[in-house]
Amino acid sequence: MPNRTDLLLQQLQKKILILDGAMGTMIQRYALKEDDFRNEALYGVKKSLRGNNDLLSLTRPQIIREIHKAYFDAGADIVETNTFSSTSIAQEDYGLSDLAYELNVASAKLARQVADECTAKNPKKPRFVAGAIGPTNRTASISPDVNDPGYRAISFDQLVEAYSEQVEGLLDGGVDILLIETVFDTLNAKAALYAIQEVFEKRGLPLDPHEGGIPIMISGTITDASGRTLSGQTTEAFLISISHVPLLSVGLNCALGAKELRPYLKVLAENAPYYVSVYPNAGLPNEFGKYDQGPAEMNEQLEDFLKEGWVNIVGGCCGTTPEHIATISNTASKYSPRQLNVKILEK
Amino acid sequence: MTYTHKEPALQLSGLEPLVFNAAINFVNIGERTNVTGSKKFARLILNGNYDEAIEVALDQVRGGAQILDVCMDEAMLDGEAAMVKFLNLIASEPEISRIPVMIDSSKWKIILAGLKCIQGKGIVNSISLKNGEEEFIQQAKTIKKFGAAVVVMAFDEKGQADTYERRIQICKRSYDILTRQVKFNPQDIIFDPNIFPVATGMDEHKSNAIDFFRATKWIKNNLPGAKVSGGVSNVSFSFRGNNPVREAMHAVFLYHAIKNGMDMGIVNPSMLEVYDDIPKDLLQHVEDVIWNRREDATERLLDFAETVKSAGKKDKTDEAWRSLSVEKRIQHALVKGVLDHIVEDTEEARLLLDDPLKVIEGPLMDGMNVVGDLFGEGKMFLPQVVKSARVMKKAVAYLEPFMPLPEEAPEGEDKGNDNINRILLATVKGDVHDIGKNIVGVVLACNSYKIIDLGVMVETERIIDEAIAQKVDIVGLSGLITPSLDEMVNVAAEMERRGLKIPLLIGGATTSRIHTAVKIDPVYSGTVVHVADASKSVPVAGEAISKESRDKYRREMKALYSKLRDEHEARQQVKQLVTYQEAKLNPVGIDWARYEPLRPRKTGVQVFEKLDLGLIRKYIDWTPFFSTWMLAGKFPKILKDPVVGKEALKLYNDANNMLDRIINEGWLKASGVLGLFPVHRSGDDLIVDPEFTRNKQFVFHFLRQQGRKGKGVPNRSLVDYIHPKKQDYFGGFAVTTGLGIEEKLKVFQKEGDDYNDIMLKAMADRLAEAAAEYLHEQVRKEFWAYAPEETLDNDGLIRESYQGIRPAPGYPACPEHSEKRTLFDLLEVEKNTGMSLTDSFAMYPTSSVSGYYFAHPESKYFGLGKIGEDQVEDYARRKGVSKSQAERWLSPNLSYSPQLTYDG
Repeated sequence: MPNRTDLLLQQLQKKILILDGAMGTMIQRYALKEDDFRNEALYGVKKSLRGNNDLLSLTRPQIIREIHKAYFDAGADIVETNTFSSTSIAQEDYGLSDLAYELNVASAKLARQVADECTAKNPKKPRFVAGAIGPTNRTASISPDVNDPGYRAISFDQLVEAYSEQVEGLLDGGVDILLIETVFDTLNAKAALYAIQEVFEKRGLPLDPHEGGIPIMISGTITDASGRTLSGQTTEAFLISISHVPLLSVGLNCALGAKELRPYLKVLAENAPYYVSVYPNAGLPNEFGKYDQGPAEMNEQLEDFLKEGWVNIVGGCCGTTPEHIATISNTASKYSPRQLNVKILEK
Repeated sequence: MTYTHKEPALQLSGLEPLVFNAAINFVNIGERTNVTGSKKFARLILNGNYDEAIEVALDQVRGGAQILDVCMDEAMLDGEAAMVKFLNLIASEPEISRIPVMIDSSKWKIILAGLKCIQGKGIVNSISLKNGEEEFIQQAKTIKKFGAAVVVMAFDEKGQADTYERRIQICKRSYDILTRQVKFNPQDIIFDPNIFPVATGMDEHKSNAIDFFRATKWIKNNLPGAKVSGGVSNVSFSFRGNNPVREAMHAVFLYHAIKNGMDMGIVNPSMLEVYDDIPKDLLQHVEDVIWNRREDATERLLDFAETVKSAGKKDKTDEAWRSLSVEKRIQHALVKGVLDHIVEDTEEARLLLDDPLKVIEGPLMDGMNVVGDLFGEGKMFLPQVVKSARVMKKAVAYLEPFMPLPEEAPEGEDKGNDNINRILLATVKGDVHDIGKNIVGVVLACNSYKIIDLGVMVETERIIDEAIAQKVDIVGLSGLITPSLDEMVNVAAEMERRGLKIPLLIGGATTSRIHTAVKIDPVYSGTVVHVADASKSVPVAGEAISKESRDKYRREMKALYSKLRDEHEARQQVKQLVTYQEAKLNPVGIDWARYEPLRPRKTGVQVFEKLDLGLIRKYIDWTPFFSTWMLAGKFPKILKDPVVGKEALKLYNDANNMLDRIINEGWLKASGVLGLFPVHRSGDDLIVDPEFTRNKQFVFHFLRQQGRKGKGVPNRSLVDYIHPKKQDYFGGFAVTTGLGIEEKLKVFQKEGDDYNDIMLKAMADRLAEAAAEYLHEQVRKEFWAYAPEETLDNDGLIRESYQGIRPAPGYPACPEHSEKRTLFDLLEVEKNTGMSLTDSFAMYPTSSVSGYYFAHPESKYFGLGKIGEDQVEDYARRKGVSKSQAERWLSPNLSYSPQLTYDG
C-alpha cells in the first residue's frame, strides 16, 4: 500500500486533478448568525465573531463536513481545509490569536475524516486534503501608510512565527499537502516557505515530495490587468522568487476570472518546472461584489486551458460552488494533464 | 531525483525577471549604492538623507545597472537598520525594485536583515570558508531557505586565494560542499575569484590578472552551473589619479575576463574606455602589463602613464597622408574632415576614372561609408561627421559641372527605380525647430541615403504628397514642442488613410518611445519607429528599408510597441491621483503671515530693442551646447574628457570664433521685453491689475500637480508662490537672439556647409538662453530689486543659486503652450521685439525664450506630471475653451485617454 504522497504523485501523472470550490460562498448559503460562530469557550468574547469562518470548524463542524462532502461528491480530488485565516496574525482582528494552532488541527482533522470516508467508499478515486495557508491580512513588502513608504505593518520574522504555528497544526491534523495560496505579496509567501522548511527540518521531513516530503503547492494572485501581483511582481518574477523549494505545483487563483488569467497562466505553463494549478473566481465581481459566472460559462473558459495542455490541477475560488466543480470535473476528465517541462538530473 | 529547467540558468528577480540565458553577455552590477565604494552615498546615508540616497539607486538603474549592489558596512552606522530602511524604501520605487538586489555585507547579521526585506530572488555578497566549514554550511543553508543566490569569495581558513592554484582549489572545495552537503542549486553559486591589482611594482602581483582569467576559465569548465563575478576597479589600483590609464586597464581586463567566462561584475561605466578606442600605444602597454608579457611592462606603463596624464598632446599637422593613393587621400580627407586638398584630389580622381559619377560612387561614397561605420561603432563623434559631410558636399559641388545633363526619362518609366533610397524629412506644422532634423539628415546622407528635406512648419498634406511623388522609402518627422506630438499623430493617421505603407520615423526632443508606442504606432499600419538620437537613425533606416529585413523588423517593432502600450496601460491603472479638489487643499505651505510682497522698483513693460550680445555672451551655459552636438559631459570638464575632450575642445574653439564674428559683424540682433505687474490670485488663476495693462483683462491660468504625495509634500502649482489674499507681483518676459539669422543661414546652406549651419543655430539658441539669464539677473537686482545685493558668477547662475524662478509656458511646471498667447499679448511681444507665435504657439525666430517671473524665496521648479479629468474640465472652463480643446493642449499630461476627435 503506497503512502498518500506517492498516491498523489501517481494520480497527477494519470489525470488532471480537481480541487474544490469556494468555502465562503457555501457558508453564505447557511445564513449563519453570531451564535453559530460561538461555542462555550468563545462565549465571553466581546468582539463580533460573525464572518470569522475558520471558527466554524470548532463551533459548527457539521457544516464544514457537509461542504467538504459536497465538493467530494461533485468530483473533487482535493479539498482545502477551512484555514485560510487560521494564523495568529489574521485571528488578531478577533482577539483570537491564541486559537490559531487549535483551529488548524481541528480543520485538518475534519477534512481528513471526510476524505477518508470518501476514499473508503471508492478506493479507485483517492481523496486528498490540502492545508490552506492564506496570505494573512498584512503585507511584508508594502507599506500600508502612503506617507511612510519605509514602514511595514508586519515583519518577516513575525510571519515566519505565525506560519510555523499554522504548519505545525495542519501537519498534526493530518493534511496531505500544504497549499500557500492567494499570494499577493511574494515576501509573505517566502516567509511561509521559510516556516515550512524550518518545521520540516525540525521533524526530519525531506522537502522534496519525491523523497517522501509533504508536497507544497503555491498559488499566486494577479490583482489587476497589469499582470502583476499586488506587490508588483510579474508572473515570471513571482515564479523565480519561489522556486528555491521543490514544489509540487505552482499556479494562480482568485482576484480575476479564468478569462483574465489566461496570459499569466500561459507564462507559468511555459516556464514552471512544477505541476501547474489554476482555480479562478467565478468571473469578475459585479457592481455588488457578487460573482455571477455560472458553471457553464466558467467551464467554457477553463476548457480553453485544458485544451492548451497547461494544467494539472483545476478548481474554483470565490463564487464557485459544487455545481461549478461538477461541471469542470466532467470536462477535465476528457483532457490529458500538462506534461512536466523537465529533465531529471542524475545525481 | 530533482526537477530542473530544460536549460538551467541562473534566474534572479526583482519585480521583473533577470535570466542569465545565452543572450546575456555580461551583467552589470550597479555599485554606487555602496557606502564603502561611494563617498557620496555614505554621506547621504550617514546624514539620514534617504530621499537622495534613493535617487542614487535610481540613477544606477537608469544608467543601465541590471543588479543593484547595496552595502551598509560602515563603522559609524547601524548597518542592519540602514539596510532594512533602504531596502524597504526602494521596494516602494518600482523603477528601482524592478531589478534584483545584491545584499552586500561582511556581517552576517546585516545579510540576514536584508534577506528578510526582499520579495524577489536576490544575491548575497558574500560568504566564504574563512571561518571554517561549519559556519560556511550554516550560512549557505540559511541563504537557501531564503531563496537567494550567493557570491562565494575565494577565501579559506588560510586566507585569501592569491594564486591560480589556491583559487581553483578553494572554489572547488566550496562548490563541492555547497552542491553535495547543502544541496545548493549550482546555478545559484557565483564565485568571486579575487581581482587583485597589477603593475604594483611587486613581482608577486605580476600574474594577478592572468591568474584571475585562468581561474575563471577553470571554474566555468569544471564547476557546472557556477558563475563568476568580481570588482573590476581593483585591477588598476596602482594608477589611482590617472583615469585614462585606469579606464584603459578596466577595458582590457574586462575584455579578456569576459572572453574567459566572467558573467557579471561591479564596473563603474564612467570609468570604462571602449576597448577599440584605446590608443594603440596605450593598449600595447596595458596588454603587456595585464598579460605580464615583458619584464619591464610595469615600468614602461608607468613611464607612458606620465605622458597620458599630462595629456596636452600637440596637434602636429602630419602631411604623410598626401603621399597615399588618391582614393586613400579622399578617404583620409573625409574621415578627418580636411577641406584643404579635396578639390585637387577630386579633380585627380575625375581624370583617372574619366567619369565624375564614378568618382562619387567610388572613392567618395567609399570614404563616407567608412565615416558611417566609424560613427555607428561609436568611434567618431557627431561634429566630426558633420565636417566629413562638408568635405563630401564640396567635392560633389566641384564635380557637378562635369556631370552630363540628366537624360529625359522615357515616357511612362517610373521615377525612382534606381537603387538609391530616399528619405523625406520634415518638421511638422506649427513647429520651427530643425537642428536635430538637420543632424539626422547629415548622418543619413553620410550613409548613402538621398535626403529630401521639406524644412520646417510642413503641412501634413504636403508631407504625404511629396512622399508619394518622390517615391520615398521612409518619412521622418521631427518636432521639439509638445503640440508637435499631436501633429505627428495626425500625419500618421493621414498616411494610413491615404494608404501609405512606408516606414515612419519619429524624432525630436519631446518625442519618446512611449508616446510613439501609445499614440502614433496604433494609428498607422506601416512600420513606426521612435529614433532616440541621430546615431540610431542609420541602423533603423537600414532595417526598415532592406528587402530582407523590413517585414521582420515591422513585426518586431509592432510587437515591441504593443508590449509598451500594455505596460503603459498597466502603469496608468497603478498611478494614484488625488482629486483636483484635494490637490488644491494641499498647496505649497508658505507662511504668508510672515511675508510681505515687495513692490517692484519699476512696474509695467520695458522694451530692450537691442541687447548687447558682447555682454550676453558671458552668460552662456555651455553644457547644453555640447549635448546639441551629442557630446555628453559637463562644461568645462568635458574639454578634458579622455574620450570626447579633443572633439569638444575643437568645437568650443569653433563656437567662440563664430561668436566673435556674430558680435563683430552683427550677424544676429537680440531684442527683448519684460514686464512686472501687480496681480491678484483667484483660485489657480492669476489676474493682472488692469490699471497696468491698458485696462485690458489679462488672466493667467495655472495647473496643479495631482499625483498622490507623501506626508508634507505639496501638490504644487506656480500660483502657490503668489500671496493668496493680498496684492502681490509677478512678471513676464520674452527675448530673442535669432533676428537676422535667416540671411546668414542661407549663405551656409548655399555652400552646403551643414557644420556652420548647425553651429550658428546652436549658438543662437545658447545666446537666447543667456539673454534670458541676463534679463532675469537685471530683474532681481535692478527692476524688481528684491535681491539687490546678489553677487553670483556664471556657475552660480547656471546652478540657479538665486532667489526666484522664471518658468516658461510649455515646460514642465506649466506645460500648456497656449498661455504663451496671453503672455505675448500682455507684453505686446510682436510689436516690441519682432518675435511671433505660430498656430501651435511655437516662437519665431526659433532662438527665443519667454517665461514668467516669480520672486518668492520658496518658489522652485517642478514638473506638473499627470492630471485628472476633473482638473482638465475646470481648466477648460477657466480658459473658456471646449474640454476637447483643453485635452489636446494638455495631452502629454492627461492621466486618462480622452475621446480623440480631430476637428482641426
